Amino acid sequence: MKKIAIAAVAIGVVLGAAACSSPTPAASPSPNTTTDSLSGSITVFGAASLTTTFTAVAADFEKLHPKVTIATSFAGSADLVTQITAGAPADVFASADTKNMDKLTSASLIQGTPVNFATNVLEIAVPPSNPANIKDFADLAKPGVTTVICAPAVPCGAATVTIEKATGVTLTPVSEETAVTDVLGKVSSGEADAGLVYVTDVTGAGSAVKGITFADSSKAINTYPIAALKASATPKVAQAFIDYVTGKVGQKVLADAGFGKP
Amino acid sequence: MTISSAVPRWIVVIAATGAVFVLLPIVAMTTRVDWAQFFPLISSPASRDALLLSLRTSLAATAVCVVLGVPMSLVLARTTFPGQRVVRALVLLPLVLPPVIGGIALLAAYGRMGVLGQTFQVLGIQIAFSTTAVVLAQSFVALPFLVLSLEGALRIAGTRYEAVAATLGASPSTVLWRVTMPLVVPAILSGAVLSFARALGEFGATLTFAGSLQGVTRTLPLEIYLQRETDPDAAVALALVLVVVSLLVVGLTLRTSGIARRSAL
Amino acid sequence: MTGLAFHATVAARRFDLALDVPEGATVAILGPNGAGKSTLLELVAGLLRPDTGAAEWNGVPFFGPDVWLPPHRRGVALLAQEALLFPHLTVLENVAFGPRSAGQARATSRETALRWLEEVEAAELAAKRPGELSGGQAQRVAIARALAADPALLLLDEPLAALDIAVTPTLRRMLRRVLAGRTAIVVTHEVLDALTLADRVVVLGRGGVVEQGDTREVLERPRHPFTAELAGLNLLLGRVVEGGIETAVGRVSAESTLIVGARGGAAVRPSAITVHATEPDARPGLNVARAEVSDVEPRGDVIRVRSAGLFADLTPAQAAALDLVPGSVAWFSFAADDVSLYGL
Repeated sequence: MKKIAIAAVAIGVVLGAAACSSPTPAASPSPNTTTDSLSGSITVFGAASLTTTFTAVAADFEKLHPKVTIATSFAGSADLVTQITAGAPADVFASADTKNMDKLTSASLIQGTPVNFATNVLEIAVPPSNPANIKDFADLAKPGVTTVICAPAVPCGAATVTIEKATGVTLTPVSEETAVTDVLGKVSSGEADAGLVYVTDVTGAGSAVKGITFADSSKAINTYPIAALKASATPKVAQAFIDYVTGKVGQKVLADAGFGKP
Repeated sequence: MTISSAVPRWIVVIAATGAVFVLLPIVAMTTRVDWAQFFPLISSPASRDALLLSLRTSLAATAVCVVLGVPMSLVLARTTFPGQRVVRALVLLPLVLPPVIGGIALLAAYGRMGVLGQTFQVLGIQIAFSTTAVVLAQSFVALPFLVLSLEGALRIAGTRYEAVAATLGASPSTVLWRVTMPLVVPAILSGAVLSFARALGEFGATLTFAGSLQGVTRTLPLEIYLQRETDPDAAVALALVLVVVSLLVVGLTLRTSGIARRSAL
Repeated sequence: MTGLAFHATVAARRFDLALDVPEGATVAILGPNGAGKSTLLELVAGLLRPDTGAAEWNGVPFFGPDVWLPPHRRGVALLAQEALLFPHLTVLENVAFGPRSAGQARATSRETALRWLEEVEAAELAAKRPGELSGGQAQRVAIARALAADPALLLLDEPLAALDIAVTPTLRRMLRRVLAGRTAIVVTHEVLDALTLADRVVVLGRGGVVEQGDTREVLERPRHPFTAELAGLNLLLGRVVEGGIETAVGRVSAESTLIVGARGGAAVRPSAITVHATEPDARPGLNVARAEVSDVEPRGDVIRVRSAGLFADLTPAQAAALDLVPGSVAWFSFAADDVSLYGL
């Protein structure tokens, strides 16, 4: 119950921040007569960092195919894997890393092969006034700087560890959060001097935080795979949605939000 | 079990259903535990740190609740002042507030950017991300349990004994220590148990206000939450530990308060 | 004046009373429920604040327009109907409570406590807990506890009312012994308590003090029907005539040394009145009054037969033989020797 509350607050924060800078809508889609016959409803489970983008993509897809309805559910990738394994009714799953998708593949729950559709790298987020005067990754380890990162057990935390190893800079954070939205929250509220979040989180937060990119971020790239689930009752619609995400329109929405190419 | 004729049979059926509803998830959880791995899982450094931190902070929070809660209960139960109903409702607010909201509120007051934040910084006190913050968060959510429990008991006890004591020459402080407090020890104990249990299980406010760092602020519930990402088996094992510790505390203290109540009569 | 000087009003309880208690005297407050007896004690003890008024004890103010002495500094001990012994302390610790609160060391307090327990003949109960005591035993301990606190003024609120009828005589005698020489106010609705324990009695009605004075004087020769009712006496008021008194029920003959024409009262005990179903034969020295029975009430082991002016106490056998019901006419007769006639 508490997890739902956190997810709700997280979604609220992201949506609220996104209101300041909504992703540029793709060119208005026109109904394609050959795929117009597509009908049915699907449930898309997506990683929390995909909330804004996938909501927009799903809305566009519904406009394109008026007889299709899409329900979305966003949470931490590991949570979604647990739910799907326990029998939650999902048709499409988009994960924030390959590790979680592999769990479903080895459990034989995936239809076909997952497709990588985006990448994400880390970015430093600081409060708008940058009180600790952070300029690059090494500054995060300076004494007196309150840094917040993700715990190594979650994808953004694993990426942080990789960068620490690659740069030789060891961070001493004051907190290791379980959800990247909590890291963002602590930075935007001014409690922390700096935090390591995804590029997409910084874009989504708008003016609530200031983003500082750093060169070594490319050393830890999170690859996002998407796949249809075997148990889906509407495989055609599921596959069509996946094609849409990997297609030109979907890719533009993702790129505008800050995601990298797969 | 003897069913007294005062309780209709269908009531018993519903009650049993309710009991099953509550107990089944806990029992089912024990079936998920990988018993072969149980001890390694719960004795890892992270788990040990989390458990010890939880026990330390919950005990400290319970102490805070008793020290602050007893006077609050006394004032609410034994005095009248304008706006008393409003004050009581506000004091009991953490009971119904979602813990995360509690954490946000705590930040607004004691966080770096909070109302008292600047004052604390000047004084050199750093609250956020510290074990102190954990104790604060736990005290915040657990205090109403003690106040509610004790205030009720004080009302029921009435003030007759205190009046007699005063006429025998006992000053108000003497009356408090020698008459009032001894008579409500069972209520204080059961209120403290409730507070301890609530503090032990506290999650949302801790996460939002104190953060999550092994050995400093990552209490057992936070550790379980984190373990769910990678190792659901460890999470279940730790959850079982939390359940057992809670049961022990509740069971032990109900026995002690029962003994205290009997000897007071 | 030494002792207690008191006057106070409490509007919410319709209380308005002035009272003086000389030092060393025991005053009984006699009256029905609701007359303000408990309010008086609460005010003197300091458990209630009056709207107006002032009280002082030997010159030390208890309360007044600008002064309020809290209860624990007044030296006034209150004994209620219920013993209210502290349940978490032993009997000895209970009795030692007063001395200890005054700052005495534990050992000396216990010695004092033991002495007082012996005084009330309850020393063998010292180690027991209040929950193990009977009502009478608890009340004894409560008395010891109140006295061990060495109060200047002792207040007793119907101390024997909650007790088993079998133990009240013993306790009453004990109270009489410990109250000797002490300043005390005893609130009661039992005439026997007043007669046994008090030097003076104040009769309290709903509207205030009805009469007050020496206990025996007031209770054997009441000047007011209200007092008479409380005292369980018939009181016939009227004008003194030769050899008797002219009253509402007729001419009552009684031995009289009073001046003719003065106001007087004739008191007759209800047990001295005989009730007849038919008019009894006239006899010199026998007063007879014809009256309609208004009520027949069982009171313990007597039956009280009431009429407008007189009431009589009969044994159940006598009452049954007469077969009286409200509305029936009866004759009440009593000897002139049984009439106490006095001027008002």
